[in-house]
Amino acid sequence: MSVDEKTVRRVARLARLAIPEERLAPMAGELNTILAWVEQLSELDTANVEPMTSVRPTRLPRRADVVTDGGYATDVVANAPRTEENYFVVPKVVE
Amino acid sequence: MSDLLKLSLAEARDGLRAKSFSSVELTTASVKAIEGARELNAYIVETPEIAAKMATESDARIAKGEGGALEGVPLGIKDLFCTKGVQTTAASKILKGFKPVYESTVTSKLWAAGAVMTGKLNLDEFAMGSSNETSHFGPAINPWRRGNDATKLVPGGSSGGSAAAVAADLVFGATGTDTGGSIRQPASVVGIAGIKPTYGRCSRWGIVAFASSLDQAGPMAKTVKDCAILLREMSGYDPKDSTSVDMAVPDFEAACSRGVKGLRIGVPKEYRIDGVPAEIDALWEQGIAWLKDAGAEIVEVSLPHTKYALPAYYIVAPAEASSNLARYDGVRYGLRAEADDLTEMYERTRAEGFGREVQRRILIGTYVLSAGYYDAYYIKAQKVRTLIAEDFNRAYETCDAILTPASPSPAFGIGEKANDPISMYLNDVYTVTVNLAGLPGIAVPAGLSKDGLPLGLQLIGRAFDEETLFAAGAALERAAGFSAKPAKWWA
Repeated sequence: MSVDEKTVRRVARLARLAIPEERLAPMAGELNTILAWVEQLSELDTANVEPMTSVRPTRLPRRADVVTDGGYATDVVANAPRTEENYFVVPKVVE
Repeated sequence: MSDLLKLSLAEARDGLRAKSFSSVELTTASVKAIEGARELNAYIVETPEIAAKMATESDARIAKGEGGALEGVPLGIKDLFCTKGVQTTAASKILKGFKPVYESTVTSKLWAAGAVMTGKLNLDEFAMGSSNETSHFGPAINPWRRGNDATKLVPGGSSGGSAAAVAADLVFGATGTDTGGSIRQPASVVGIAGIKPTYGRCSRWGIVAFASSLDQAGPMAKTVKDCAILLREMSGYDPKDSTSVDMAVPDFEAACSRGVKGLRIGVPKEYRIDGVPAEIDALWEQGIAWLKDAGAEIVEVSLPHTKYALPAYYIVAPAEASSNLARYDGVRYGLRAEADDLTEMYERTRAEGFGREVQRRILIGTYVLSAGYYDAYYIKAQKVRTLIAEDFNRAYETCDAILTPASPSPAFGIGEKANDPISMYLNDVYTVTVNLAGLPGIAVPAGLSKDGLPLGLQLIGRAFDEETLFAAGAALERAAGFSAKPAKWWA
């Protein structure tokens, strides 16, 4: 499997990364080098192998469904590039 | 006064307890040394005022006969750990100016034990790299040089600032994180010790996430015992990290004096890799002989899927990274590139804020997780991960720990590998299997290359058996008697 410029453009869009036109071809080359290298995994027959979901068998801990934290909106927005009255401000998304 | 900085962490701790010197004296020496070593670019942020305040408070506690296990000891913190009110960037432009309003669990524990913060240490951007060259703030520089050759060498990565700061005697220890080798490889190429504990031993809460199923925090310090002292304080259950393990934390320091009599040390034949310099294999042979002389039994083991570990890692790690790094969107923190349209704002912010290697990994990760490729790449890689874990399980039927080289080469020059991602990725060839299987691994300084640069050896243990690694690591350290230090060329 190899990627072309069109695929890079599509993946970049999915990843929300602006890639300039002139970088699409070099990036496709870089990605193909890496993909060709990981291709060696296909030498392995993994038909009867379970994919790893956790490095050790475990059950996620549970806790009571109660509020344990919060109530500091000022802290939450403290590092935001743009805020108004403890809200995040973004470009208009609804016409 | 700078002689104080030549002490090990254990010696500094004992001297503070005995009131041979104060934390203020020790911390002042450390802060001065840090200022004098700016050419190493080890620190992204220095925090001398915080250090002075913490040292004064430590001295007050020591005077009252109180104090924790690290009372008054100056440490450096990898700039991947959130520190309340102190800029935390992950060495990325996208987080420049970010001042967390909370403290990571691991650093909270260190401060609770009395440690003194000297500042935030340089790293590869989002811990993605093996040379520190992907840092937005420029690479940290290895204090070691090839004899009289002034070529600047990399300190390894991603915890390169941590490695450089400890090797240059600026601090007594530093935090690191290790996703594919980011503690062990830099420790190895600067001649210090470093341990990646078992996945789940240290809380990941408040550490900037790279690949969540692989990331673990751990200490880097001058000696194996120093790492043991630090790891005990960094470890422990944290309800805020659902993968943190609720398990007693052993006295790792005590384990350092156990010795290796009766231990079976495995030597995996698959770790003899074509193209690796002969001096790496020669040091490995020497390490085998040292442990044998110290009373260990050497057994050959097989880890047949070793060669597939790096390719599997370069699917799993970018996949998880692409997901974790989705949060950098110009809305909640960090950089924002203004645009009229929300999607365009996201795309421009991320293009401006992420460096080249990070963008490459986000794209690879997004690609392997995208519709139609998920099974072929991601599920395949997770299956290979199972095979690698099974390799270790089989090996541990006949041995208690495994000895390998830690890094495939000594430190290389800045820029020497920067344009070839795959050759850069190969730096983790000995270390990455450990992350994929969630096991602990320790790097121990063991010798010098023909150019006079440090080389390390790695011991890999069973899950949650760091004690055996400290026992065998300390034995290896005693046998190697590694005492070389870099000649001071900075400032």
